[in-house]
Amino acid sequence: MVTRKVEIMVGVFMLLGMLALAVLALRVSSINTWTTPDGYSVTARFENVGGLKPRSAVSAGGVVVGRVTDITYDTETYQAKVTMTLYNDFTTFPTDTSAAILTAGLLGEQYIGLEPGAEEEYLMNGSEIEITQSALVLEQVIGQFIFSQANKSGEEE
Amino acid sequence: MLKLTQNLGQQGLMAVARLGRRFMFLLSTLAGCAGLIRRFHLLIKQLYSVGVLTLVIIVVAGLFVGMVLGLQGYNTLVDFGAEESLGVVVALTLVRELGPVVTALLFAGRAGSALTAEIGLMKATEQLSGLEMMAVDPFRFIFAPRLMAGFIAVPILAAIFNAVGVFGGYLVGVEWVGVDAGSFWSQMQAGVDLQEDILNGVIKSIVFGFIVTWIALFEGYDAVPTSEGVGRATTRTVVQASLAVLGVDFLLTALMFG
Repeated sequence: MVTRKVEIMVGVFMLLGMLALAVLALRVSSINTWTTPDGYSVTARFENVGGLKPRSAVSAGGVVVGRVTDITYDTETYQAKVTMTLYNDFTTFPTDTSAAILTAGLLGEQYIGLEPGAEEEYLMNGSEIEITQSALVLEQVIGQFIFSQANKSGEEE
Repeated sequence: MLKLTQNLGQQGLMAVARLGRRFMFLLSTLAGCAGLIRRFHLLIKQLYSVGVLTLVIIVVAGLFVGMVLGLQGYNTLVDFGAEESLGVVVALTLVRELGPVVTALLFAGRAGSALTAEIGLMKATEQLSGLEMMAVDPFRFIFAPRLMAGFIAVPILAAIFNAVGVFGGYLVGVEWVGVDAGSFWSQMQAGVDLQEDILNGVIKSIVFGFIVTWIALFEGYDAVPTSEGVGRATTRTVVQASLAVLGVDFLLTALMFG
Protein backbone atom coordinates (compact mmCIF):
# COMPACT_ATOMS: atom_id res chain seq x y z
CA MET A 1 0.00 0.00 0.00
CA VAL A 2 1.06 3.58 -0.44
CA THR A 3 2.72 4.87 2.70
CA ARG A 4 2.47 8.36 4.12
CA LYS A 5 6.09 9.02 3.26
CA VAL A 6 5.60 8.23 -0.41
CA GLU A 7 2.58 10.51 -0.57
CA ILE A 8 4.46 13.35 1.07
CA MET A 9 7.42 12.89 -1.29
CA VAL A 10 5.13 13.00 -4.32
CA GLY A 11 3.48 16.11 -2.92
CA VAL A 12 6.88 17.75 -2.49
CA PHE A 13 7.80 16.70 -6.02
CA MET A 14 4.65 18.31 -7.47
CA LEU A 15 5.25 21.47 -5.43
CA LEU A 16 8.84 21.66 -6.68
CA GLY A 17 7.59 21.37 -10.23
CA MET A 18 5.08 24.18 -9.78
CA LEU A 19 7.73 26.29 -8.09
CA ALA A 20 10.12 25.71 -10.99
CA LEU A 21 7.43 26.71 -13.48
CA ALA A 22 6.66 29.82 -11.46
CA VAL A 23 10.36 30.71 -11.40
CA LEU A 24 10.54 30.25 -15.16
CA ALA A 25 7.46 32.37 -15.74
CA LEU A 26 8.32 35.20 -13.35
CA ARG A 27 12.07 35.30 -13.15
CA VAL A 28 13.18 34.06 -16.57
CA SER A 29 10.48 35.45 -18.85
CA SER A 30 9.07 38.22 -16.61
CA ILE A 31 5.32 38.07 -16.81
CA ASN A 32 4.97 41.89 -16.79
CA THR A 33 6.09 42.19 -20.38
CA TRP A 34 3.45 39.67 -21.33
CA THR A 35 0.43 41.26 -19.67
CA THR A 36 0.99 44.89 -20.55
CA PRO A 37 -0.46 47.43 -18.12
CA ASP A 38 -3.33 49.65 -19.24
CA GLY A 39 -2.47 52.51 -21.49
CA TYR A 40 -3.49 54.53 -24.49
CA SER A 41 -2.42 53.79 -28.01
CA VAL A 42 -0.56 56.19 -30.28
CA THR A 43 0.65 55.70 -33.84
CA ALA A 44 3.69 56.95 -35.70
CA ARG A 45 4.88 56.54 -39.29
CA PHE A 46 8.51 55.80 -40.12
CA GLU A 47 10.41 55.51 -43.39
CA ASN A 48 12.23 52.50 -42.00
CA VAL A 49 11.71 50.70 -38.71
CA GLY A 50 14.88 48.62 -38.92
CA GLY A 51 14.85 45.81 -36.39
CA LEU A 52 11.95 47.13 -34.33
CA LYS A 53 9.58 44.37 -33.18
CA PRO A 54 6.25 44.21 -31.39
CA ARG A 55 6.92 44.37 -27.62
CA SER A 56 9.98 46.55 -28.16
CA ALA A 57 10.30 49.27 -25.56
CA VAL A 58 9.14 52.87 -25.96
CA SER A 59 11.21 55.06 -23.74
CA ALA A 60 11.50 58.72 -22.83
CA GLY A 61 14.66 59.90 -21.13
CA GLY A 62 15.77 56.28 -20.79
CA VAL A 63 12.67 55.24 -18.83
CA VAL A 64 10.30 52.70 -20.38
CA VAL A 65 6.95 54.47 -20.81
CA GLY A 66 5.28 52.01 -23.20
CA ARG A 67 5.55 49.11 -25.61
CA VAL A 68 5.24 48.69 -29.37
CA THR A 69 2.08 46.69 -29.99
CA ASP A 70 1.87 46.44 -33.77
CA ILE A 71 3.88 47.21 -36.90
CA THR A 72 2.22 47.31 -40.32
CA TYR A 73 3.09 48.73 -43.71
CA ASP A 74 0.91 51.54 -45.05
CA THR A 75 0.57 51.07 -48.80
CA GLU A 76 -0.80 54.60 -49.29
CA THR A 77 2.08 56.56 -47.87
CA TYR A 78 4.63 53.74 -48.34
CA GLN A 79 5.70 54.03 -44.76
CA ALA A 80 5.79 51.66 -41.83
CA LYS A 81 3.04 52.36 -39.33
CA VAL A 82 3.93 51.60 -35.72
CA THR A 83 1.23 51.37 -33.07
CA MET A 84 2.43 51.69 -29.51
CA THR A 85 0.77 51.66 -26.12
CA LEU A 86 1.89 54.34 -23.68
CA TYR A 87 1.15 53.54 -20.04
CA ASN A 88 -1.49 55.52 -18.20
CA ASP A 89 1.10 56.83 -15.76
CA PHE A 90 2.49 58.98 -18.54
CA THR A 91 -0.38 60.91 -20.12
CA THR A 92 1.18 64.32 -20.51
CA PHE A 93 3.21 64.04 -23.70
CA PRO A 94 2.73 67.20 -25.83
CA THR A 95 1.29 66.72 -29.34
CA ASP A 96 4.56 67.81 -30.95
CA THR A 97 6.53 65.03 -29.25
CA SER A 98 8.99 63.47 -31.66
CA ALA A 99 9.73 59.76 -31.98
CA ALA A 100 13.03 58.26 -33.11
CA ILE A 101 14.07 54.65 -33.54
CA LEU A 102 17.25 54.19 -31.54
CA THR A 103 19.55 51.29 -30.83
CA ALA A 104 20.63 50.20 -27.37
CA GLY A 105 24.38 49.90 -27.69
CA LEU A 106 26.12 49.38 -31.01
CA LEU A 107 24.38 46.15 -32.00
CA GLY A 108 21.67 45.92 -29.34
CA GLU A 109 17.89 45.89 -29.45
CA GLN A 110 16.08 48.72 -31.18
CA TYR A 111 13.56 50.84 -29.33
CA ILE A 112 11.54 54.01 -29.80
CA GLY A 113 12.81 57.08 -28.02
CA LEU A 114 10.32 59.89 -27.38
CA GLU A 115 11.45 63.50 -27.12
CA PRO A 116 8.73 65.71 -25.58
CA GLY A 117 7.85 68.94 -27.41
CA ALA A 118 6.43 72.20 -26.14
CA GLU A 119 2.73 72.21 -27.16
CA GLU A 120 0.04 72.81 -24.57
CA GLU A 121 -2.13 69.92 -25.74
CA TYR A 122 -1.36 66.31 -24.91
CA LEU A 123 -1.30 63.11 -26.95
CA MET A 124 -4.48 61.09 -26.55
CA ASN A 125 -5.71 57.62 -27.47
CA GLY A 126 -5.49 57.35 -31.26
CA SER A 127 -3.31 60.41 -31.90
CA GLU A 128 -0.41 60.27 -34.27
CA ILE A 129 3.14 61.41 -33.63
CA GLU A 130 4.00 63.62 -36.60
CA ILE A 131 7.73 64.15 -36.17
CA THR A 132 9.61 60.91 -36.60
CA GLN A 133 13.13 59.80 -37.32
CA SER A 134 13.81 56.44 -38.96
CA ALA A 135 16.09 53.70 -37.79
CA LEU A 136 19.74 54.03 -38.62
CA VAL A 137 20.56 51.20 -41.00
CA LEU A 138 24.25 50.49 -40.66
CA GLU A 139 24.72 49.44 -44.30
CA GLN A 140 23.19 52.68 -45.59
CA VAL A 141 25.34 54.79 -43.31
CA ILE A 142 28.49 53.00 -44.40
CA GLY A 143 27.36 53.26 -48.02
CA GLN A 144 26.86 57.01 -47.72
CA PHE A 145 30.22 57.39 -46.06
CA ILE A 146 32.05 55.51 -48.82
CA PHE A 147 30.11 57.48 -51.45
CA SER A 148 31.06 60.84 -49.94
CA GLN A 149 34.70 59.78 -49.61
CA ALA A 150 34.76 58.75 -53.28
CA ASN A 151 33.19 62.11 -54.26
CA LYS A 152 35.81 63.99 -52.30
CA SER A 153 38.75 62.19 -53.89
CA GLY A 154 37.09 62.72 -57.31
CA GLU A 155 36.95 66.49 -56.74
CA GLU A 156 40.57 66.64 -55.69
CA GLU A 157 41.68 65.18 -58.96
CA MET B 1 17.86 -14.82 -54.10
CA LEU B 2 14.42 -16.21 -53.31
CA LYS B 3 15.50 -16.77 -49.76
CA LEU B 4 16.72 -13.19 -49.48
CA THR B 5 13.39 -11.86 -50.73
CA GLN B 6 11.55 -14.12 -48.34
CA ASN B 7 13.73 -12.90 -45.51
CA LEU B 8 13.00 -9.29 -46.42
CA GLY B 9 9.27 -9.96 -46.57
CA GLN B 10 9.37 -11.69 -43.21
CA GLN B 11 11.20 -8.75 -41.65
CA GLY B 12 8.73 -6.30 -43.15
CA LEU B 13 5.71 -8.24 -41.92
CA MET B 14 7.21 -8.49 -38.46
CA ALA B 15 7.88 -4.75 -38.37
CA VAL B 16 4.32 -3.95 -39.43
CA ALA B 17 2.89 -6.41 -36.90
CA ARG B 18 5.03 -4.82 -34.21
CA LEU B 19 3.79 -1.39 -35.15
CA GLY B 20 0.23 -2.66 -34.97
CA ARG B 21 0.81 -4.22 -31.55
CA ARG B 22 2.36 -0.96 -30.41
CA PHE B 23 -0.76 1.01 -31.26
CA MET B 24 -3.16 -1.63 -29.96
CA PHE B 25 -1.20 -1.53 -26.72
CA LEU B 26 -1.45 2.25 -26.58
CA LEU B 27 -5.19 2.19 -27.25
CA SER B 28 -5.81 -0.40 -24.53
CA THR B 29 -3.69 1.56 -22.08
CA LEU B 30 -5.44 4.83 -22.88
CA ALA B 31 -8.78 3.08 -22.44
CA GLY B 32 -7.49 1.85 -19.08
CA CYS B 33 -6.74 5.44 -18.08
CA ALA B 34 -10.46 6.14 -17.77
CA GLY B 35 -11.46 6.06 -14.13
CA LEU B 36 -7.84 6.25 -13.01
CA ILE B 37 -8.95 8.88 -10.49
CA ARG B 38 -10.56 6.09 -8.46
CA ARG B 39 -7.25 4.21 -8.37
CA PHE B 40 -5.38 7.32 -7.34
CA HIS B 41 -3.09 5.53 -4.92
CA LEU B 42 -1.63 3.52 -7.83
CA LEU B 43 -0.80 6.75 -9.62
CA ILE B 44 0.82 8.22 -6.50
CA LYS B 45 2.98 5.14 -6.11
CA GLN B 46 4.13 5.31 -9.73
CA LEU B 47 4.76 9.05 -9.53
CA TYR B 48 7.04 8.30 -6.63
CA SER B 49 9.08 5.61 -8.39
CA VAL B 50 9.14 7.41 -11.75
CA GLY B 51 9.31 11.04 -10.66
CA VAL B 52 10.70 11.48 -7.17
CA LEU B 53 13.45 8.90 -7.60
CA THR B 54 14.57 10.59 -10.85
CA LEU B 55 14.73 13.99 -9.19
CA VAL B 56 18.31 13.76 -7.93
CA ILE B 57 19.86 12.92 -11.30
CA ILE B 58 17.78 15.68 -12.93
CA VAL B 59 18.85 18.32 -10.44
CA VAL B 60 22.54 17.39 -10.64
CA ALA B 61 22.49 17.17 -14.44
CA GLY B 62 20.59 20.47 -14.70
CA LEU B 63 23.05 22.27 -12.48
CA PHE B 64 26.07 21.08 -14.45
CA VAL B 65 24.50 21.65 -17.87
CA GLY B 66 23.62 25.18 -16.81
CA MET B 67 27.12 25.80 -15.50
CA VAL B 68 28.74 24.49 -18.68
CA LEU B 69 26.42 26.64 -20.77
CA GLY B 70 27.34 29.66 -18.69
CA LEU B 71 31.05 29.07 -19.12
CA GLN B 72 31.00 28.16 -22.81
CA GLY B 73 28.55 30.92 -23.62
CA TYR B 74 30.68 33.47 -21.81
CA ASN B 75 33.90 32.39 -23.54
CA THR B 76 32.26 32.71 -26.95
CA LEU B 77 30.28 35.88 -26.30
CA VAL B 78 33.16 37.77 -24.72
CA ASP B 79 34.97 37.74 -28.08
CA PHE B 80 32.15 39.86 -29.48
CA GLY B 81 31.86 42.02 -26.39
CA ALA B 82 28.35 40.67 -25.95
CA GLU B 83 28.75 38.88 -22.62
CA GLU B 84 25.69 40.77 -21.31
CA SER B 85 23.59 38.46 -23.52
CA LEU B 86 24.74 35.44 -21.51
CA GLY B 87 21.46 35.29 -19.60
CA VAL B 88 19.30 35.07 -22.66
CA VAL B 89 21.64 32.52 -24.30
CA VAL B 90 21.55 30.22 -21.27
CA ALA B 91 17.81 30.59 -20.72
CA LEU B 92 16.77 30.08 -24.34
CA THR B 93 19.06 27.07 -24.85
CA LEU B 94 17.70 25.44 -21.71
CA VAL B 95 14.04 26.28 -22.07
CA ARG B 96 13.73 25.54 -25.76
CA GLU B 97 16.00 22.56 -26.28
CA LEU B 98 18.25 21.16 -23.61
CA GLY B 99 15.70 21.13 -20.80
CA PRO B 100 13.07 18.94 -22.46
CA VAL B 101 15.54 16.80 -24.45
CA VAL B 102 18.12 16.04 -21.75
CA THR B 103 15.35 15.43 -19.22
CA ALA B 104 13.69 12.96 -21.58
CA LEU B 105 17.01 11.19 -22.28
CA LEU B 106 17.83 10.91 -18.58
CA PHE B 107 14.28 9.82 -17.88
CA ALA B 108 14.58 7.09 -20.52
CA GLY B 109 17.79 5.85 -18.94
CA ARG B 110 16.71 6.10 -15.32
CA ALA B 111 12.97 5.44 -15.28
CA GLY B 112 12.25 3.96 -18.72
CA SER B 113 14.69 1.08 -18.35
CA ALA B 114 13.35 0.37 -14.87
CA LEU B 115 9.79 0.29 -16.21
CA THR B 116 10.72 -2.12 -19.00
CA ALA B 117 12.60 -4.42 -16.63
CA GLU B 118 9.72 -4.39 -14.16
CA ILE B 119 7.05 -5.16 -16.74
CA GLY B 120 9.28 -7.67 -18.53
CA LEU B 121 9.92 -9.53 -15.30
CA MET B 122 6.20 -9.49 -14.49
CA LYS B 123 5.65 -11.11 -17.86
CA ALA B 124 8.50 -13.61 -17.45
CA THR B 125 7.19 -14.72 -14.06
CA GLU B 126 3.65 -14.84 -15.50
CA GLN B 127 2.29 -12.27 -13.10
CA LEU B 128 0.48 -10.53 -15.93
CA SER B 129 -1.30 -13.75 -16.92
CA GLY B 130 -2.01 -14.35 -13.24
CA LEU B 131 -3.73 -10.98 -12.98
CA GLU B 132 -5.82 -11.75 -16.05
CA MET B 133 -6.78 -15.11 -14.53
CA MET B 134 -8.11 -13.25 -11.52
CA ALA B 135 -10.10 -10.99 -13.86
CA VAL B 136 -7.90 -8.00 -13.01
CA ASP B 137 -7.23 -5.96 -16.11
CA PRO B 138 -3.44 -5.33 -16.25
CA PHE B 139 -4.04 -2.38 -18.57
CA ARG B 140 -6.09 -0.61 -15.94
CA PHE B 141 -4.00 -1.56 -12.93
CA ILE B 142 -0.46 -1.90 -14.28
CA PHE B 143 -0.01 0.08 -17.48
CA ALA B 144 -2.41 3.02 -17.20
CA PRO B 145 -1.00 4.37 -13.89
CA ARG B 146 2.55 4.06 -15.23
CA LEU B 147 1.78 5.83 -18.51
CA MET B 148 -0.04 8.59 -16.67
CA ALA B 149 2.81 8.95 -14.17
CA GLY B 150 5.37 9.36 -16.96
CA PHE B 151 3.08 11.83 -18.69
CA ILE B 152 2.86 13.95 -15.52
CA ALA B 153 6.41 13.50 -14.22
CA VAL B 154 8.46 14.47 -17.28
CA PRO B 155 7.11 18.04 -17.68
CA ILE B 156 7.66 18.62 -13.96
CA LEU B 157 11.18 17.21 -14.15
CA ALA B 158 11.92 19.34 -17.21
CA ALA B 159 10.69 22.48 -15.45
CA ILE B 160 12.94 21.69 -12.47
CA PHE B 161 15.84 20.98 -14.84
CA ASN B 162 15.34 24.38 -16.50
CA ALA B 163 15.11 26.29 -13.25
CA VAL B 164 18.18 24.60 -11.80
CA GLY B 165 20.04 25.06 -15.10
CA VAL B 166 19.35 28.78 -15.18
CA PHE B 167 20.58 28.95 -11.60
CA GLY B 168 23.76 27.08 -12.64
CA GLY B 169 24.28 29.54 -15.49
CA TYR B 170 23.81 32.38 -13.01
CA LEU B 171 26.35 30.85 -10.62
CA VAL B 172 29.06 30.62 -13.26
CA GLY B 173 28.15 33.69 -15.29
CA VAL B 174 27.54 36.19 -12.52
CA GLU B 175 29.25 34.83 -9.43
CA TRP B 176 32.34 33.41 -11.08
CA VAL B 177 33.26 35.14 -14.35
CA GLY B 178 31.55 38.37 -13.37
CA VAL B 179 28.82 39.27 -15.84
CA ASP B 180 26.69 42.09 -14.45
CA ALA B 181 23.77 40.54 -12.55
CA GLY B 182 21.30 43.23 -13.66
CA SER B 183 21.94 42.80 -17.36
CA PHE B 184 22.04 39.01 -16.97
CA TRP B 185 18.46 38.96 -15.69
CA SER B 186 17.04 41.86 -17.68
CA GLN B 187 18.35 40.55 -21.01
CA MET B 188 16.94 37.16 -20.11
CA GLN B 189 13.56 38.60 -19.26
CA ALA B 190 13.51 40.69 -22.41
CA GLY B 191 14.52 37.79 -24.62
CA VAL B 192 12.44 34.91 -23.25
CA ASP B 193 8.76 34.85 -24.06
CA LEU B 194 6.31 33.05 -21.80
CA GLN B 195 4.15 31.66 -24.58
CA GLU B 196 6.68 31.29 -27.37
CA ASP B 197 9.51 29.73 -25.39
CA ILE B 198 8.40 28.40 -22.02
CA LEU B 199 5.03 27.05 -23.04
CA ASN B 200 6.49 25.39 -26.14
CA GLY B 201 9.18 23.82 -23.96
CA VAL B 202 6.51 22.42 -21.66
CA ILE B 203 4.57 21.05 -24.63
CA LYS B 204 7.75 19.39 -25.87
CA SER B 205 8.41 17.72 -22.54
CA ILE B 206 4.82 16.48 -22.32
CA VAL B 207 5.19 14.83 -25.74
CA PHE B 208 8.56 13.35 -24.77
CA GLY B 209 7.22 11.97 -21.49
CA PHE B 210 4.42 10.31 -23.34
CA ILE B 211 6.72 8.79 -26.00
CA VAL B 212 9.37 7.52 -23.60
CA THR B 213 6.86 5.93 -21.23
CA TRP B 214 4.94 4.39 -24.09
CA ILE B 215 8.06 2.81 -25.58
CA ALA B 216 9.26 1.60 -22.17
CA LEU B 217 5.94 -0.02 -21.28
CA PHE B 218 5.49 -1.60 -24.69
CA GLU B 219 8.99 -3.05 -24.78
CA GLY B 220 8.38 -4.63 -21.40
CA TYR B 221 5.00 -5.95 -22.49
CA ASP B 222 6.39 -7.28 -25.77
CA ALA B 223 9.59 -8.72 -24.28
CA VAL B 224 10.55 -12.35 -24.81
CA PRO B 225 9.73 -13.79 -21.36
CA THR B 226 13.24 -14.98 -20.52
CA SER B 227 15.96 -13.26 -18.54
CA GLU B 228 17.86 -12.64 -21.77
CA GLY B 229 14.75 -11.26 -23.45
CA VAL B 230 14.10 -8.82 -20.60
CA GLY B 231 17.70 -7.63 -20.80
CA ARG B 232 17.40 -7.04 -24.51
CA ALA B 233 14.07 -5.27 -24.12
CA THR B 234 15.64 -2.91 -21.59
CA THR B 235 18.44 -2.04 -24.00
CA ARG B 236 15.93 -1.52 -26.80
CA THR B 237 13.91 0.82 -24.60
CA VAL B 238 16.85 3.12 -23.96
CA VAL B 239 18.02 3.12 -27.58
CA GLN B 240 14.61 3.53 -29.17
CA ALA B 241 13.32 6.05 -26.68
CA SER B 242 16.44 8.20 -27.05
CA LEU B 243 16.29 8.12 -30.84
CA ALA B 244 12.56 8.80 -30.84
CA VAL B 245 13.03 11.77 -28.52
CA LEU B 246 15.75 13.28 -30.71
CA GLY B 247 13.78 12.71 -33.91
CA VAL B 248 10.52 14.08 -32.53
CA ASP B 249 12.43 17.02 -31.07
CA PHE B 250 13.54 18.03 -34.54
CA LEU B 251 9.96 17.78 -35.83
CA LEU B 252 8.56 19.80 -32.92
CA THR B 253 11.29 22.42 -33.23
CA ALA B 254 10.58 22.77 -36.95
CA LEU B 255 6.88 23.17 -36.17
CA MET B 256 7.28 25.60 -33.28
CA PHE B 257 10.25 27.77 -34.23
CA GLY B 258 10.73 26.92 -37.92
